[in-house]
Amino acid sequence: MGSKVIIEPVTRIEGHAKVVVHLGDDQQVERAFFHVNEFRGFEKFCEGRMYFEMPQITPRICGICPVSHHLVSVKACDQILGVTPTRPARLLRELMHMGQTIQSHSMHFFELAGPDLLLGFDADPAIRNVAGLVAANPELVHKAIQLRRFGQSLIATLGDRRIHPTFAVPGGVNQALDSADRDTLLAEIDTMIGYVLEALAIIKDWADRHQELLGEFASFSTGYLGMVGQQNSLELYDGPLRHVGPDREELHRFDGSDYLEYIGEHVEPWTYLKFPFFRDTGWPDGVYRVGPLGRLNAADKIATPLAQVEYEIYQQICGGRTVEGTLYYHYARLIEDLYAVERAREILEDPEVLSKDLLINAKITNLEGVGVLEAPRGTLFHHYWIDENGKLERVNLIVATGNNNYAMSRAVEEVAKRYLDGTNIREGALNRIEAAIRAYDPCLSCSTHAFGQMPLELILLDPDGTEVRRIHRF
Amino acid sequence: MNEKVTVASDWLAGCAGCHMSLLDIDDRLVQLLDLVELRATPITDLKHPDQQGVDIGILEGAVANSSTEEVARRMRSRCKTLIALGDCAVFGGVPAMRNAVTAAVALRRAYIETESTVDGIVPQHEDLAVMQEVRPLDQLVSVDIYLPGCPPSADAIFYVLSELAAGRQPTLRGRYLDWH
Ligand code: SF4
Repeated sequence: MGSKVIIEPVTRIEGHAKVVVHLGDDQQVERAFFHVNEFRGFEKFCEGRMYFEMPQITPRICGICPVSHHLVSVKACDQILGVTPTRPARLLRELMHMGQTIQSHSMHFFELAGPDLLLGFDADPAIRNVAGLVAANPELVHKAIQLRRFGQSLIATLGDRRIHPTFAVPGGVNQALDSADRDTLLAEIDTMIGYVLEALAIIKDWADRHQELLGEFASFSTGYLGMVGQQNSLELYDGPLRHVGPDREELHRFDGSDYLEYIGEHVEPWTYLKFPFFRDTGWPDGVYRVGPLGRLNAADKIATPLAQVEYEIYQQICGGRTVEGTLYYHYARLIEDLYAVERAREILEDPEVLSKDLLINAKITNLEGVGVLEAPRGTLFHHYWIDENGKLERVNLIVATGNNNYAMSRAVEEVAKRYLDGTNIREGALNRIEAAIRAYDPCLSCSTHAFGQMPLELILLDPDGTEVRRIHRF
Repeated sequence: MNEKVTVASDWLAGCAGCHMSLLDIDDRLVQLLDLVELRATPITDLKHPDQQGVDIGILEGAVANSSTEEVARRMRSRCKTLIALGDCAVFGGVPAMRNAVTAAVALRRAYIETESTVDGIVPQHEDLAVMQEVRPLDQLVSVDIYLPGCPPSADAIFYVLSELAAGRQPTLRGRYLDWH
């Protein structure tokens, strides 16, 4: 007889989901399902709105990365107008995007994943959270809060608000950067770099002490997708997409606007989250991973000096092959965090950053527009079709976390098989299953365009599918 | 027993932005943690508000399906003071735009008709929530404090929580209602 366990909800991630683990007669895990349990319908209810409203509506998909939706939406609108914004406008948009990356990555490392890494997967769940971290290491938490605040202040300086800013408009941006604000932001960069380097030292030390875990914890082969810049350097705002295989061989390189030729989405009846794949290899062979791990695998270098040094150290992990272990996401995320702070400095020091040449006025020239960028969690696509008055006829969205759906499901299954069986259902084992999902920093509001919550339930079923046991941790 | 005020929070159909605005109190978070004890929230590992109840319950987001309805009812039954945090909880917000189309039509578009979808089907499973009309929180349960904004400002959230923690009733006016 098997049994059924439920973890509900999955915490320290964003959105609603549930995991169901099926046990065989021998009490061993046969399969595990990662159910994402919410649906909103943005694609449909945006029809009939004006295209230029989308940069304000779509950030409400996600309050953790609203800037990603704001900017990708405006990039799609630029295509509708047939304009390439001026260099200063692009610099300021990218600066805001660096703020988003810094706040999202820093918050994830410290507030969401940090409690597992710093307090331990088996720590008492009552203190395994940011309050527990405050008690254990108040100074570190202060630094974490400052990093996140710095990212948010980059956003708020440009867009007047930290969450759901109003800044980018089709054809450019609506506000110049003031020199006093520029100086205030620049003055903080060195301190922030110091804080990210401290976080990196923590993760490197953690990685050294947990090499075995990193190697065995949900490590598997997939393709990797990420945006690249010059000479395949890491790029988050604008550039071609590059898809590589396990030996870092280039499988595809394409303009994100052509995504429909390359990427399809598979649907399973048991989850509201779709499964993207490369059409030429098909489902499920064509699956890939995105986000920090995917991007660092798809890139060959990082264009800022300190992040490049860290990237080279990181590359040694797998001797130049792709890095596959799920927990390496945390390490990769901090290298990107460092890049984002350094890149923010480059932009702030750019002679054109105070320019007022920020907006190109244009009329509708295309009835279709695609926007693509690298959100903190991965490649994000917005595709709009309009009528000649600018009213939306159709909307298609492929959102960062969705690209990792296969990987999250696979990680859940591998970790369930490794740490769980019907006779041993410890809280720490359940938390490891959550941790496998957490490493991907999923944003399930984004990925199902489904507002909100993510309870993770862990249910053990017997071989006929009857629920035998649910474990409520509290 | 603990003399700190206990707080539980959860998100319904919202974007997490209201919870992010709570984190935007920055270093005052440490101050807040001196006044209140965070029990079950999306950023802690306790899964549900304590059986014996908490002092303050906070809900972000609208009620949009069977699962959010359950979460909202449970929170209401287990907290003394319930805060509707943000426009989605207070008015329905952006999620309520779905009411203009039916869930069935929206599901069809997302899982069958979208251009990137290959051989799609509408997901249907006993473990998936059942869609409902999107409603603000007070159409389902009684609300004690309405804190509007998309999201409400960090200052407003901090003010409300610290007033409640001090045993006072917060009065929302002026800058606390200006979330821009
Ligand atoms: S009120 Fe705004 S910020 Fe809050 S959950 Fe709703 S959409 Fe997000």
